[in-house]
Amino acid sequence: MTDVAANALSKADKPVIDTETPFQRFRSEFLESRIAMLALGVIFVIILLAVIAPLIVPQNPYDLAQVDVLDGRLAPGSEAFAGYTMWLGSDGAGRDLYSAILYGLRISLSVGVTSGVIALLLGMAIGLAAAYAGGRTESLIMRIVDLQLSFPAALVALMLIAILGKGIDKIILALVVAQWAYYARTVRSSALVERRKEYVEAAACLGISHARIIFRHILPNCMAPLIVVGTVQTAHAISLEATLSFLGVGLPQTSPSLGVLIANGFEYMMSGRYWISVYPGLALLITVVSINLVGDRLRDVLNPRRSTGQARQDK
Amino acid sequence: MTVFVIRRLMQAAVVVFVMSIIVFFGVNVIGDPVYMLVSPDADQADIQAAIERLGLDRPIYEQYFRFLDGARQGDLGKSFIFGEPALQLILHHMPATLELAFTALFLAVFLGIPLGLYAGLFPDRAASKAVMAGSILGFSLPTFWVGLMLIMLFAVLLGWLPSTGRGDTVNVLGFETSLLTLDGLSHVMLPALNLALLKISLAIRLTRAGVREAMGQDYVKFARAKGISTRRIIGVHVMKNIMIPVVTVMGLEFGSLVAFSVVTESIFAWPGMGKLLIDAILQLDRPIVVAYLMIIVLFFVVINLIVDIIYSILDPRVRLQDKTS
Repeated sequence: MTDVAANALSKADKPVIDTETPFQRFRSEFLESRIAMLALGVIFVIILLAVIAPLIVPQNPYDLAQVDVLDGRLAPGSEAFAGYTMWLGSDGAGRDLYSAILYGLRISLSVGVTSGVIALLLGMAIGLAAAYAGGRTESLIMRIVDLQLSFPAALVALMLIAILGKGIDKIILALVVAQWAYYARTVRSSALVERRKEYVEAAACLGISHARIIFRHILPNCMAPLIVVGTVQTAHAISLEATLSFLGVGLPQTSPSLGVLIANGFEYMMSGRYWISVYPGLALLITVVSINLVGDRLRDVLNPRRSTGQARQDK
Repeated sequence: MTVFVIRRLMQAAVVVFVMSIIVFFGVNVIGDPVYMLVSPDADQADIQAAIERLGLDRPIYEQYFRFLDGARQGDLGKSFIFGEPALQLILHHMPATLELAFTALFLAVFLGIPLGLYAGLFPDRAASKAVMAGSILGFSLPTFWVGLMLIMLFAVLLGWLPSTGRGDTVNVLGFETSLLTLDGLSHVMLPALNLALLKISLAIRLTRAGVREAMGQDYVKFARAKGISTRRIIGVHVMKNIMIPVVTVMGLEFGSLVAFSVVTESIFAWPGMGKLLIDAILQLDRPIVVAYLMIIVLFFVVINLIVDIIYSILDPRVRLQDKTS
């Protein structure tokens, strides 16, 4: 009971002391969760490691001059022929796993993020068009979206791969097609709400062009849910790419993402050489789980029903 | 009601038709159509002969009608590797996949719901928090990675359970099943658990949310005031109310279990249609790929159709809304 009273009190107080910008409020609310902070830190470290990988790893795992087959399948902590210690062991071809993992991260992250961004832009454009056009166009677009969402994304991606074949461009295309509908649905539902608001009507009365209303007025107000979906979907894309690559239908051996590394280690697992699969898997795991944790927190903070929107309605 | 069912049936037919166009044109326009119809190791003369025999020099729409005509008679081409009709091969592998999917669904219901119930009734206990943390992990861990870990733990390190194949099977009513032998059961444990993990997490979350909502309702307070035992309140009154959404969602998820079995079957070498698909993709056995895709589309369309019809019976508003739109 006291909680409710305290809540009501703080809400009543808010407009008076509320001098912070929405971004500041968002930042402070986000930082309240320790675990989300930690996850965000981990993501930054992972991105940094992936970006500077060539500078910090002991070997370029795909430069044949630097890889020695005699180093193959060494246990974690063994010393390589070249003199450095392989803290995570080596794979079947004698590549240092630590180096291979960082190089794999580069590929996994770039495929996940690229497909995520393209899917976001595509889905955003289609969702906005649906919400703004209304009528037949909207119902046709939403029929297609609903139809696609009735199939799991993994199945859609697998279907496309089955049709298109292997390759990095094809994987990205498959991930984009598998994901655009989530963005389109999200944007459309929040754009529909915004479209009915007075400020859009006012803008239309002022004779502002459709494009300007859509991009400068409606779109910025749809960003919050889009960011949440974008975060979660990026994690999903990374794990989907790893899954397809693990199955052997994703990226080819020439672009060894984490999924490819895990697949390569699978055959050694039965003989107890666990590290070849396990460490790339752990790297994948940490990446995906961190992004999901941040996404969860973003959803809590940006949820309009929970924070700012509620305060506004209560007034 | 009849009008509603007919409308839905027609929509389903349109979906299958559109998907047949996408799959057909996808494989034949984007991929090289010759390789879909002759085996990859054929020489130039064979290919030329095949092109003429199969009518690939005809316009594409004519080829599509040929494909439709074949599909109508249940002929989706022959596998290059096995030399058998593709459709027959897939139907032959289907029972193994369905067996795995049903076992996973069973696990999801009988592990997920009790755990969710516990977490919902005692949200502050450490065990509940552990259950919820586990369900978050279950959501974010990639299925194939969990499968690998299960193999490593139970098959390699502990040596308790086998990690590949189906084990001994028994023939029941014309279908092979491994659920009735001890060896078969031990083989189905790991893949089913792997496949079920995502759905267990889902069941936990749904049940927990349902329980927490229901416990604050007036009917629970009233039952308590009447002096009904907690056991009866939870077992009869609360459970009845939360089961509807949970069971519905679980039923809907069955389709995705069948789809995700592609991953699980590949890891555990389970001889179902998912593994057949991956092998077919890797070996460029395109008739099987086309046939699988058509079958799985049909599968999903039928599931969605059934769910729609059941919904419309349970909730007449769905039907009315459809009429006005």
